[in-house]
Amino acid sequence: MDVVTPRSLDEALRRKAEHPEAVPIQGGTDLLVSLNFDRLRPETILNLSEVAELRGFGRENGSLRIGAALTYTEAMREPLAQLLPALAEASRTVGSPQIRNRGTIGGNLGTASPAGDALPPLFVEGAEVEAASVRGARRLRLDEFLLGPKQNALADDELILGVFIQPSGQPQTFMKVGPRNAMVIAVCSLALVVDRERGELRASFGSASPATRLVTAPLDEMDAFPDAVADAASPIDDVRGTAAYRRHALRILTRRALDRCRA
Amino acid sequence: MKVELTVNGERLDTDIWSGESLLTTLRDRLGLPGSKNACEQGECGSCSVLLDGTLVCACLVLAAQADGHEVVTVEGLADDGNLHPVQEAFAEAGAVQCGFCTPGLVVATADLLQRNADPSDDEIREALSGNLCRCTGYQKILDAVHLAAGR
Repeated sequence: MDVVTPRSLDEALRRKAEHPEAVPIQGGTDLLVSLNFDRLRPETILNLSEVAELRGFGRENGSLRIGAALTYTEAMREPLAQLLPALAEASRTVGSPQIRNRGTIGGNLGTASPAGDALPPLFVEGAEVEAASVRGARRLRLDEFLLGPKQNALADDELILGVFIQPSGQPQTFMKVGPRNAMVIAVCSLALVVDRERGELRASFGSASPATRLVTAPLDEMDAFPDAVADAASPIDDVRGTAAYRRHALRILTRRALDRCRA
Repeated sequence: MKVELTVNGERLDTDIWSGESLLTTLRDRLGLPGSKNACEQGECGSCSVLLDGTLVCACLVLAAQADGHEVVTVEGLADDGNLHPVQEAFAEAGAVQCGFCTPGLVVATADLLQRNADPSDDEIREALSGNLCRCTGYQKILDAVHLAAGR
């Protein structure tokens, strides 16, 4: 096994082009579990933790650009917590402080788990993923990027650079069902925005479909929205819960989230 | 491969297997068994260390990623043989039962008190939510954190 540690974004993209099979690592909170338990023995690991261009966030052409290496802990802090409140709430439910200090938004996108906690809040705010290779950069909507359980649309030579968002500034929240308030993989989760400016309700759920998806409705269909969200899910029975429970919980969460956003 | 780490203020060179965790390097290569190896998946917090001043699970850091960086383990908290105030408080409050989770909890508590000198019960519970005590001695651990904060 080889660990390649590029010191700049250019070098990282070159290395990924040379080693398309290389597995990228940033916070390592997913990959190290696979390594520790002998589930994965990649020939090459591409260590991105020295690539400064992937860190932080800023304004770019009127959009907010969040670097792939932004940690959950950083997403919980001001000013991001005020710009993207549902993402901050979701980040606070991820693992433990130790996990939140290492785990990143880019890693959550790369892993593309249906349970990824950052994904529903990014979805309801219309985030686009910025992917790049030596061939150039492109932007993908989340429904184009998330293809299925642990499957994303990255080409072999591409890396996730970050996400672009135009924060709506509208009331929004995130909720998650699990046996504890910490160290929990979502049984199901929900992000919701009541967007009065666009006259639209937007919801997105985790752990209730093969890939996170967006559900929208006109603002005046608030009463029917809990059923609409539950109907849009395609949950399965697994070790964490049953499909029936997940659908039921999504209906309740949607109602509570609407109440919270209207309060 | 070779890495160079600063551990508890001392610069150390060591050979590692490129796929190993920082926890393996600390325990098996550098002779620092204070950070405990239990779940190896970030669930229990008993391997908590500070990496460049940030609280992390050493089992979830690729050792190669720590190359050129600074690590503080539980062994680095005591000052010249004098226990760290958090260690003292844990001993005094009876917050140590079997002791396995203690190093991780001590490091996590030291990290918390550095950021928040007088945490509430809720803040302590959230800050220590990633550290499991199999003996379930949480009440005494809360007492110890308050005791340490008071000093």
